[in-house]
Amino acid sequence: MIGLLAHNALLVSVATVALGAILTPIAIRTGRREWLQLVYGAVYTNFLLVSIATGLMIVALVTHDFSVSYVAAVGSRATPLLFTVISLWGALEGSILFWAWVLALYAAAVVWFHHGRAGNLVPYATMVLLATAAFFAVLLVGPADPFRPVFPVPLDGPGPNTLLQNHVLMAVHPPLLYLGYVGMTVPFAFAFGAIVSGEAQSNDWSYLSRRWMLASWGFLSAAIIAGMWWSYEVLGWGGYWAWDPVENASFLPWLTATAYLHSVMVQERRNMIRLWTLNLCISTFVLTILGTFLTRSGILSSVHAFTTGTIGYYFLALIAIVLVLALVLVAGNSEHLRSRGNLGGAASRETVFLLNNLFLTAVTLTVLVGTLYPLIAEAVRGVKVSVGEPFFNRMTIPAMVALVFLMGVGPSLPWGSTSWPEARKRLLPPLVAAVLLAAAGVLAGARSVYAILAFACVGYAAMANVREFWTGTRARHRAHGEVWPTALARLVGGNRRRYGGYVAHIGILFVALGVTASSTFRSEREATLRPGETLTVAGHTVRLKNVWGREEPQRSVIGATMDVLGNDGAVIASVEPRMNYYHVSDQPVPTPDVRSSIKGDLYINLQAFDANGAHATVKVIVEPLVPWIWFGGFVMVLGAGIGMFHGGRRSAEARAIAGGALPAAPDVARMGVGVGVGVGVGVDA
Amino acid sequence: MRHASLALIVTASSLALGGATTAFAQDTAALGAIPHAAATPTAADDELEARTTAVASTLRCPVCQGESIQDSPAELAQQMRAVVRDRLRAGESPDEIKAYFVSRYGEWILLEPAMSGLNIALYVLPVLLMVGGLAFVAYLVRRWTTPEAGIQ
Amino acid sequence: MNWGRATVAVLTAVPVIALFAFGFTRDPGEIPSPLPGNPAPDFSLAVFAPGEGTLSRSVGDSIRLRDLAGKVVVVNFWASWCVACRDEHVALSETAREYADRPTQFIGVLYNDRQNLGLRWIEGMGGQSYPSVTDRGSLTAIDFGLYGVPETFIVDPAGRIAYKHLGPISARVLRSKIDSLLPAAMPTGMTPRDSAP
Repeated sequence: MIGLLAHNALLVSVATVALGAILTPIAIRTGRREWLQLVYGAVYTNFLLVSIATGLMIVALVTHDFSVSYVAAVGSRATPLLFTVISLWGALEGSILFWAWVLALYAAAVVWFHHGRAGNLVPYATMVLLATAAFFAVLLVGPADPFRPVFPVPLDGPGPNTLLQNHVLMAVHPPLLYLGYVGMTVPFAFAFGAIVSGEAQSNDWSYLSRRWMLASWGFLSAAIIAGMWWSYEVLGWGGYWAWDPVENASFLPWLTATAYLHSVMVQERRNMIRLWTLNLCISTFVLTILGTFLTRSGILSSVHAFTTGTIGYYFLALIAIVLVLALVLVAGNSEHLRSRGNLGGAASRETVFLLNNLFLTAVTLTVLVGTLYPLIAEAVRGVKVSVGEPFFNRMTIPAMVALVFLMGVGPSLPWGSTSWPEARKRLLPPLVAAVLLAAAGVLAGARSVYAILAFACVGYAAMANVREFWTGTRARHRAHGEVWPTALARLVGGNRRRYGGYVAHIGILFVALGVTASSTFRSEREATLRPGETLTVAGHTVRLKNVWGREEPQRSVIGATMDVLGNDGAVIASVEPRMNYYHVSDQPVPTPDVRSSIKGDLYINLQAFDANGAHATVKVIVEPLVPWIWFGGFVMVLGAGIGMFHGGRRSAEARAIAGGALPAAPDVARMGVGVGVGVGVGVDA
Repeated sequence: MRHASLALIVTASSLALGGATTAFAQDTAALGAIPHAAATPTAADDELEARTTAVASTLRCPVCQGESIQDSPAELAQQMRAVVRDRLRAGESPDEIKAYFVSRYGEWILLEPAMSGLNIALYVLPVLLMVGGLAFVAYLVRRWTTPEAGIQ
Repeated sequence: MNWGRATVAVLTAVPVIALFAFGFTRDPGEIPSPLPGNPAPDFSLAVFAPGEGTLSRSVGDSIRLRDLAGKVVVVNFWASWCVACRDEHVALSETAREYADRPTQFIGVLYNDRQNLGLRWIEGMGGQSYPSVTDRGSLTAIDFGLYGVPETFIVDPAGRIAYKHLGPISARVLRSKIDSLLPAAMPTGMTPRDSAP
């Protein structure tokens, strides 16, 4: 019943979005703009229909309606409610349904916010969103139909993938990932609309698209960090990033989106690298589809890959269409999009942004080629090869360290141009922090050149970014006599896009510091302990108390209770690393116990145990500063949030006009009411 | 009392799962893969452990997906690590040990492809890209900051 | 719109799409072994399950692969926790019996399991005609490039690995492989001893 209802809703959705997409060019070409109201109606209707289908799926999951194929595949009466609900995105069909819902949501939001805009950009963008929605709707009534009837109706199901029901972060990571991934369709739709409507030469489309990109970037950043956190908490080896194809698939669009968010500023200010920015926007979308294809088609092996059916062929077709479309649009129109502006001077923020884009692109291509290389090697040489962590670390770390350094250089240099002595004056002070942090790293035992360089660059960039807040706040404090917190709040509020960017930088620096420290100073030891025996790793001592077992409805739990001992031998805490044996799987899911402090984590995983409880094998890992990575993720999202709600289109246009004509114009135009010109100069000079 | 119930659960889950509990060893100590806690590690042990980690990090675990034998808690990975350790102790070089694993599992086992043949392109391409890119950016900055290039 | 340029650009997408299409023809989980055609790694392992009748060996005896030159040796890696091993058990046990009077030797190698669980499993499966050995530290399993169980290796009389089988093996495959390797099928004038390494 539920299945039939939902299936029909999706069938109507296919028709709605397909008709809407077809109607758009007809309405524009024939000049019947009133028909566009129908197109926008189709967008809202689609949102309603997909929402109904998704809602029905949740109802089916919660009520254990095993006559619905997806519920029969991932549902189980023994699974706790939370994990039952979130198994919506735990397997292929459900994840496509959720994807379709997020896309419908984005499309509705785009129409809601931008339908009043003159010109053909928004209608064409809507057409792209509808066409993409049509693709997913077709999947949902065809190869990835989650609502197929099952007969006879099973009494119970196997439950979700055990790795996905072991940790609450699975309620957070996938939705964020989809919000980020799918959101990147919107800037692409605007890019497409800009080219087709002939508006690509103006900066207008980028004012529309970049905010959507920033939102998606924020979601994707959060998703990547949450994913790292999840694998850290669930996979039991104390790592958070393994350069797995699926991880790379989420990282690639993040890299190009980051490059876009920087290049679009150069485009707006100096009226240049227009074609390049457009390319980044389109590449980001192509990479999201490529990533989805790679992880859903089963052509690359991965921990996280879904089981597959014929859906891979559909995604291949989508990639082919999107690639061809993108190449035709960009290459066919490249002459109109040539750069027209010029740089003020070599020592400028623009130059740094060009370098930033170079390094980000280099990392993107390296990761992309490395991810695809097993396929290439098999096609060319006929052998299976692996490309894993050692390769990616070796090839990308230098560029990533350079990027961290540039994060300090960029904010230190003004837009436009500056004299070399002036540049020196601004670039030198952060070196103090660089030297201090590098020295601290060396004192703590870092010996690898990259680690020391990374500490130095993090220190440099941290001081450079914090200095921006400091000098700006101080200027306000002095000029207006505002108290410090007010001065800071008004400073950020007056130029959210810029300071949001710096906040995001600081977030990334937390992540960079956490990653560098935890990988450099990680110490681990594995040992088999009898009750009462202790194991000491890097000054942390744990003692095995006992090994126990417990039955739960969906799983058996084996745990080891261990005491964490202080320096004086007193018990300061108790930890319980566990191993969960889900009844449906032949692989136990490790559940390490992690004790976090600001200094780092004590990570204890139960590796093996004796059936009689006589001994247990545990791995104890001491990883400094890991929590800083998760904290950095929050700060990045905060930065994206601040940047999202900046001064609006009017001021942005004013700034573009000013920026195009004057080198290093003080950002007067974007300062809100009540913010003095003097501060603008003081901050920007 | 508690131990009895533990044994029961282990047996129960072993039956339910076809006994896959051994995927994570219950008896690793008996199998000799893991040093017992009692002995305090010496400096030489630490040094050997560090070299083992370095080699094990470059070998892919056959029963996992994408993880190195260093990172994987799977029993076979632990045993392969023990093989690496023993061979290092016997004086073999990391390259000899990797060659041994390649002769058994194929090139697939190397997480970092060998620098030969087509694989060279994989290493050279990013470097070329970077060098070429830097030259190109330098060229662009020069061109875009030269006054006569101006608006056009 | 510059269609010439656009066409050139689109042509660059063709190899990418072709690469992905090629990917569909491959299974990333299927990794070819470098072993077939090469000398089998030697091993000397202790029997823990004796086998039955004429095929039996005393518990505690060592079986050494090199000593079996001249015979077709079937090395089967298994475990009591391995579900697929149940499917091939009868085929292996029966085929071993069938070829009892030919120069063949079947050996079971217990993989990451405990002897008593292995013995209980054999009992539960109604016995095993040929002996099984233990593999401490999985050294032999690693020597044979094992990915999981069950895997079966067929070693020719010259001591080379002739065939590697992933997953449960059937009696039909066993017979055809063994028949093709038995000395009768070898060129005349060449005895197994001569070609042994």
